[in-house]
Amino acid sequence: MDLLRFITAGSVDDGKSTLIGRLLYDSKNILIDQLEALERSTKNREDGTVDLALLTDGLRAEREQGITIDVAYRYFSTPKRKFIIADAPGHVQYTRNMITGASNANLIIILVDARLGVIEQTRRHSIIASLLKIRHVVVAINKMDLVEYSQDVYNNIIIDYTDVAKQLGLENVTYIPISALNGDNIVDKSENITWYDGKPLLDFLEEVEVSSDVNLKDPRFQVQFVIRPQTEDLHDYRGYAGKVVSGIYKKGDKVTVLPSGIETSISALEIAGKEVDEVFAPQSVTIQLADDIDISRGDSIVKSDNLPQVSNELEVLLCWMDEKPLIPGNKYYLQHNSRLVRSVVKQVEYKIDVNTLQHLPLEGNVKLNEVVKATIKTASPIVYDPYDKLSVNGSAVLIDETSNSTVAAVLIK
Amino acid sequence: MSQYQLNYLEQLENESIHIFREVAAQFEKPALLFSGGKDSITLVQLAKKAFAPGKIPFPLVHIDTGHNFPEALEYRDWLAKEVGATLIVRKVEDTIKQRKLTEPKGKFPSRNWLQTYTLLDTIEEFEFDACIGGGRRDEEKARAKERIFSVRDEFGQWNPKLQRPELWNTYNGRIQKGENVRVFPISNWTELDIWNYIRSEQIPLPSIYFAHERDVIEHEGQLVAMSEYVQPTAGDVIVKKKVRYRTVGDMTCTAAVESTAETLDEVINEIISTRISERGETRIDDKVTEAAMEDRKKNGYF
Repeated sequence: MDLLRFITAGSVDDGKSTLIGRLLYDSKNILIDQLEALERSTKNREDGTVDLALLTDGLRAEREQGITIDVAYRYFSTPKRKFIIADAPGHVQYTRNMITGASNANLIIILVDARLGVIEQTRRHSIIASLLKIRHVVVAINKMDLVEYSQDVYNNIIIDYTDVAKQLGLENVTYIPISALNGDNIVDKSENITWYDGKPLLDFLEEVEVSSDVNLKDPRFQVQFVIRPQTEDLHDYRGYAGKVVSGIYKKGDKVTVLPSGIETSISALEIAGKEVDEVFAPQSVTIQLADDIDISRGDSIVKSDNLPQVSNELEVLLCWMDEKPLIPGNKYYLQHNSRLVRSVVKQVEYKIDVNTLQHLPLEGNVKLNEVVKATIKTASPIVYDPYDKLSVNGSAVLIDETSNSTVAAVLIK
Repeated sequence: MSQYQLNYLEQLENESIHIFREVAAQFEKPALLFSGGKDSITLVQLAKKAFAPGKIPFPLVHIDTGHNFPEALEYRDWLAKEVGATLIVRKVEDTIKQRKLTEPKGKFPSRNWLQTYTLLDTIEEFEFDACIGGGRRDEEKARAKERIFSVRDEFGQWNPKLQRPELWNTYNGRIQKGENVRVFPISNWTELDIWNYIRSEQIPLPSIYFAHERDVIEHEGQLVAMSEYVQPTAGDVIVKKKVRYRTVGDMTCTAAVESTAETLDEVINEIISTRISERGETRIDDKVTEAAMEDRKKNGYF
């Protein structure tokens, strides 16, 4: 049994909450007391049906306003898989939350209202999926019941979306006609959509292959913490604890420590204190080296025959996430996995229109939810790979030095 | 399955270990909040693995309400010794006396709410900048929106509208003086994941997690253990039943479930077939209002 993380994206009223509610409900992951609570809060509805959307509304503030404020995480499992859903709100002003939820997702479900077809928000969600390189896209064409389960409507939306996908370079796009409200093609194959011969949504989610999404070719490791017990029997022990970001390491491998560039080899590999011969992504491990070298948190240990880039000047895409605007020339901390360095955003070249992907000249400062191309200079070098090649080693965040808030998602070019 | 593939429990474990190491590296004075329950027992196991062969580089802190199950306290003392960690215990009883707090009244006088005062005092006393807790997002609606690194102001308050975006596996633990971070390394685990992990790691548990005979009274469909802290009222019938606990909190606010499960396998089978959520079945305190947890979290609770 493995794990699939996915995000659902849709605009307000696309039926996103109903879809999640339906997945939880039909896969029998809703428990009796949760259902009772749901019935209590919907007992005033005139038609007497249960509003599945309420299953995913969390905070009182949200219930009062009838909106979702923040990314919420939902869990369910079937005998085949454990699922983690990042439920990101759909309003325009919350692009930030969608990026947050998408950053860990293997797959995105983009909801399209069958009556409206591909709209501006569909494009925006797809652009974010393409910027973040989400490997698998499901276009769930919802509310099929409201278009009389029409195959023509479905086919026309596919034609429209195929253009979008092509323009954005999205591969692995799957289209499923559904009605979240009625449960068509969610867990069971719909009896109303006889012309569709694909899988219902849950079957697809259970079977889509994601293990090959982990890069096992390019070994990358960053030191998180140095373990030095300094006890009598472990007097000289010095273990570099960290996560294998990508690739495979073996005992005896010739490695280079970056950014210093010192070469050595792996003398021992451990998982939870037990010696092993090899480790792979995304394991949390401890590496011991043959030579006594000065290494600290944030340094990279990579194989000498497969080196990443090392630079203190980065070309990046920035997604700005703070109410306070980005002011070019301001200093920020840049956190790249466990490496924290001071940095300055030197130059903002252009803004990317998240509805059209067009490059626009920047007017004034960079504001919340805007995506820009910029150059960042760091106080000491960053050891990275381009995001498009190896996203786990090409992503970072910017942190405001004074408020300590996380203010931007950084995708290194 | 290829040999370079992790199953879902291994993926969760590796993610949690990564979080533990971030805490140890980013903070000056972290602490692990230990309740004696299965979630915090799992945390200790993960911490042990994260820093092996070294010791866990932070103390275990127990906020003792005075209403604990004796089995949980015994286990707590045993475990701290077993892993060689420093154990700090602070009592809600003392806070009540020092701060002249009003004791909750009623049939099941829960000190759950008062724990927050002791916790905040303890954070101040030791100047903890990070407190690691066993909260899981599947437990409750308000928890579903919690970050893994959750920043609290100097009053310990959670502000759901001002959470930091948490991207990839990058955890921003930078704070101002006086603020602290609550860290939830098992955010992405569900109750069943915890049980399956306990089974695969063969972690010993306090005996109250397994079926045993106990004097209980029935209260609104829930079974509450008789103890010196519970005030039965006229009409309550004390009966002996075979029960186990699904969560371990205070004796006054944790209900037992009828069970015959005496082994881990049996417990897991019962949990798989149950149709009631963990908190719904066993927590008397969450029923007070729809938003009970949201309110408590905003006030500094976990």
